Amino acid sequence: MMVVPLTTVLVLAIDTATPAVTAGVVQLDADAAPRTLAQRVTIDAKAHGELLIPHLREALAEAGRTMADVDAIVCGSGPGPFTGLRVGMVTAAALGQALGRPVYPVPTVDAIAVEARSGHRLLVATDARRREVYWAAYDADGGRVEGPHVDKPADLAEKLPSLDVASAAGQGAEMYADVLDLPIALAPFPSPHGLVAVAAAALLAGAEPDPMTPLYLRRPDAVVPTGRKRVTQP
Amino acid sequence: MTGDRIVLGIESSCDETGAGIVRLGRDGTLELLADEVASSVEQHARYGGVVPEVASRAHLEAMIPTMSRALEKSGMTLDDVDSIAVTAGPGLAGALLVGVSAAKAYAAALDKPLYGVNHLAGHVAADTLEHGPLPSPCVALLVSGGHSQLLLVEDLAGKITEIGSTIDDAAGEAYDKVARVLDLPYPGGPPIDKLAKTGNGCAIAFPRGLTGPRDAKYDFSFSGLKTAVARWVENRERDGLEVPLADVAASFQEAVADVLTGKAIRAVKDLGVDTLVISGGVAANSRLSGLAAERCAAAGITLRVPRPRLCTDNGAMIAAVGAHLVAADAEPSGLNLATDPGLPVSQVQIL
Ligand SMILES: [Zn+2]
Repeated sequence: MMVVPLTTVLVLAIDTATPAVTAGVVQLDADAAPRTLAQRVTIDAKAHGELLIPHLREALAEAGRTMADVDAIVCGSGPGPFTGLRVGMVTAAALGQALGRPVYPVPTVDAIAVEARSGHRLLVATDARRREVYWAAYDADGGRVEGPHVDKPADLAEKLPSLDVASAAGQGAEMYADVLDLPIALAPFPSPHGLVAVAAAALLAGAEPDPMTPLYLRRPDAVVPTGRKRVTQP
Repeated sequence: MTGDRIVLGIESSCDETGAGIVRLGRDGTLELLADEVASSVEQHARYGGVVPEVASRAHLEAMIPTMSRALEKSGMTLDDVDSIAVTAGPGLAGALLVGVSAAKAYAAALDKPLYGVNHLAGHVAADTLEHGPLPSPCVALLVSGGHSQLLLVEDLAGKITEIGSTIDDAAGEAYDKVARVLDLPYPGGPPIDKLAKTGNGCAIAFPRGLTGPRDAKYDFSFSGLKTAVARWVENRERDGLEVPLADVAASFQEAVADVLTGKAIRAVKDLGVDTLVISGGVAANSRLSGLAAERCAAAGITLRVPRPRLCTDNGAMIAAVGAHLVAADAEPSGLNLATDPGLPVSQVQIL
């Protein structure tokens, strides 16, 4: 892909790595913060597949834009529960293929960190189900310094002294606030603005996107069978 | 009536990622333009069966490249596509969701109608890509790792009735389980078929499930057969006797083919139709197709079996169902289309 620096980019932003079905239309101008033109967010962990495209279309309509106006797509790449995460990833990839536009994956935890930035070190934790959290830590400038990882909240709590974070954001941080014992910065889910902010430099530079690799962090549950089961008594 | 229409088909219900492209002619004829499939079967082999999460991950990786290959083969671009069909069920929930999400994105980006269709109707429709329109009505026997069903097909765009199905394992599942008993690789169909060719199918009288006078006429059961094979092999081993692997494979295969073709032909006769279609991955089995050909010829029944490539899961068969729906002026599905892992065959489309 040719590198063409752009002054203004119209971005579709998608994230399905949390219970939030997130879709938005964001305008990114050089030397300015991303501006959300319209967004649709529904908290429903079971409805990613059904709601994502309708949400995108509604956001585009509200922003007065069409698919043809879209310059690029940004998609949260997780970590997140697998089935939901894949809905956003494959949707973004197919939109990019059909529109002939680049698709930029960004870690979902980074997008949450953008919204919770406070000038101090920050922890972002999302719900990984099975009583675990996906987490990452950020320095005072918002740069990721640790993670993403998946851990039990109690194990994460033990690492907190060395991470030296001042507050925590993300739904996982809220769910396990009693274990983590950190002040909560209110940003439970990623926003279209946060997603585009993470990819802003690459978008404006027209950079080659990273491959669309989801951050699963867990292996599939599968057991290799050992020998064959007998049907008769040995 | 408009000109030719290009229908894209997307399949992701199990372990094959399929993208197919079909041209629906002005006169209703179907022309297969591309049929690209990426399979994750090798990733499942060590587990002895399809692992849903492994399959879903593979679908995500394969979807865009498989679509690109199909477009390249057909000489089309996505802008040439007039309609998009996708398997909405039945199948593995997480796997279905990858294909349906991609299909919605294509439909939204291209502003073209979307049809969420039934995978089982796809297996029947596959035959129309090779042998033209089906006579109405006809009977279809679907046999694969996931399904074993007898269907009365009156209209591929709307009226398919299940007249029988397996009450336990699918035929292909029985093959996989017997393959494990015989220390053959997964999937079990091809190695058992190969081994059976050197054996005697009459050597061991394995049971024919649900063939008693009081049993359901058109239903199947393969669980007892699988257990009978395992017990027979274990008893031989216990008695210190050599296991005649080829005879076991041939006798098992004979039992499966005998029941499947016997019940299918009975249904064709009972319902007074003249054509039997056999499709699904197990349709490629040499004894099943051989015995079906023999018995259909004897009974004066026209037998139609698509070539093996079209019998296994693919996107072209889904495009074929889509083309039948487009030709019938069916209403498109909404972009809020939901998948249905247990979609009954009587429902050809989810709106
Ligand atoms: Zn199938």
